Amino acid sequence: MAMLPEVLKHLFKKRATLMYPFRDREKIPVPEGLRGKISFNRELCIGCGLCARFCPSGAAELIEDDKGKRPIFHIDQCLFCAQCEEVCPRKAITLTREFELAGFSRSDLIVK
Amino acid sequence: MSVNSSYERFFDVPIGPQHPALKEPLFLKLIVEGEHVVAADVDVSYTHRGIERAMQERNYIQNIYLAERICGICNVAHTLCYCQNVEGLYDVEVPSRALYIRVLVEELARIHSHLLWLGVAAHEIGFDTLFMYVWRDREIVMDLIEEITGNRVTSAINTIGGVRRDIKPKTYDKCLKAMDYIEGRTNYYKKVCETDPTIAARCVGVGILKPDEAVRLCAVGPTLRASNVKYDVRADDPYAVHDEIPFNVITYDTNDSFGRILVRIDEILESINMVRYCIKHMPSGPVRVKLRLNPPVGEHLSRVEAPRGELVHYVRSNGSEKPERYKVRTPTFENLPALCEMLTSKGNYVVNIADVPVIFASIDPCLSCTSRVAILDSEKEKVWIGSLEELKRLKR
Repeated sequence: MAMLPEVLKHLFKKRATLMYPFRDREKIPVPEGLRGKISFNRELCIGCGLCARFCPSGAAELIEDDKGKRPIFHIDQCLFCAQCEEVCPRKAITLTREFELAGFSRSDLIVK
Repeated sequence: MSVNSSYERFFDVPIGPQHPALKEPLFLKLIVEGEHVVAADVDVSYTHRGIERAMQERNYIQNIYLAERICGICNVAHTLCYCQNVEGLYDVEVPSRALYIRVLVEELARIHSHLLWLGVAAHEIGFDTLFMYVWRDREIVMDLIEEITGNRVTSAINTIGGVRRDIKPKTYDKCLKAMDYIEGRTNYYKKVCETDPTIAARCVGVGILKPDEAVRLCAVGPTLRASNVKYDVRADDPYAVHDEIPFNVITYDTNDSFGRILVRIDEILESINMVRYCIKHMPSGPVRVKLRLNPPVGEHLSRVEAPRGELVHYVRSNGSEKPERYKVRTPTFENLPALCEMLTSKGNYVVNIADVPVIFASIDPCLSCTSRVAILDSEKEKVWIGSLEELKRLKR
């Protein structure tokens, strides 16, 4: 009973939730430093493999392509801890603010 | 259990493992006489993840993120304890700005954890209105943590040798404004909890834990402090910069679930003041020292006051890049013997079956934290050792 005045007061207030994902998509507050989907720049990568060595969940896998060693990132295993961004000596890896990452197949979730 | 349940007056009532109070599995075996619980037994080993063993297979940097995942809600306390431990092996001085940021984020995490618990407790009591409002206000703290660290829950702010991100000056104002709002709301919730007849009827005199019993059964955290024992790691064995930051250790002498609600609400208010102090006295300077990957040979133990109570981490290093042994003792595990004591009727104190969820929720259980050892198959007498490579293969 002690909360009754508070509850009645809220009848005339704006609701606290957003109608995501059908409406209010742009109203979601995404802070500047959010750790979202990885983006990778092949031009800067020197293939040192530090990202794969320090990745806690094994999301960074080292493979070889025509230019030599390089990582690919399995976003479905990623913890978004940004450790790869931190250890990368050439700043080839950055975490973007993109957070809507659901997909229908695991191959969609590989960042090359 | 000492009670012989074959005697026809007593019956076994199994509760769980699914959903006795929370979404985490716990098996409670209650022996009841009519409506009264006369003995209780608990089994917590349903969320076994083998984290301690997994930590021995990963290097010290990877282990920060694994330690963070022991418990989602108190992840800051776990990484803080882990990083202090490894820094203890190096015997290195962490910059004071880093320590202030650590305490700031730790106290924000404590505020959100206690608000979360207050909501859960209200839900257990059957007071869902309070639950909704508390969780709405908790979002403000979550947004603040997201702004400072880059993620809502698993903050990944602490690292070996300092913190990973500096706080931007424009966050300070936002933080202070949010603290003013949370303080106002917390004072209001305190008033609600003190005056509402529903909460009083469900909590006063329920889940009694006498001070001498609490000490004997090694209860920790708010459970212990609600039994009028003044013990808090932040005050008794200060880590980080807790020796510089003034705060009061909150105790209540009601010894019951009601006291546990009030202890946590008052701790939110103390934490708000500590956040303000941290922002006001934040020193300038670097936030991190770089360290080699391999710590020297040695062992170290560190303690942290997590939102649920005293958290202990132990590490032994053999000089390689992986720990030789890692051990975690979480607060919920320490509170389980006290939980059994609270669930046992004796003398004038009776526990009804309907009180069990409230008593169980009153220790703020976090069961996924509690069981972590190597996977032991007792029939085949074999220990399953999971290496990172094996796990990778399983996942792909």
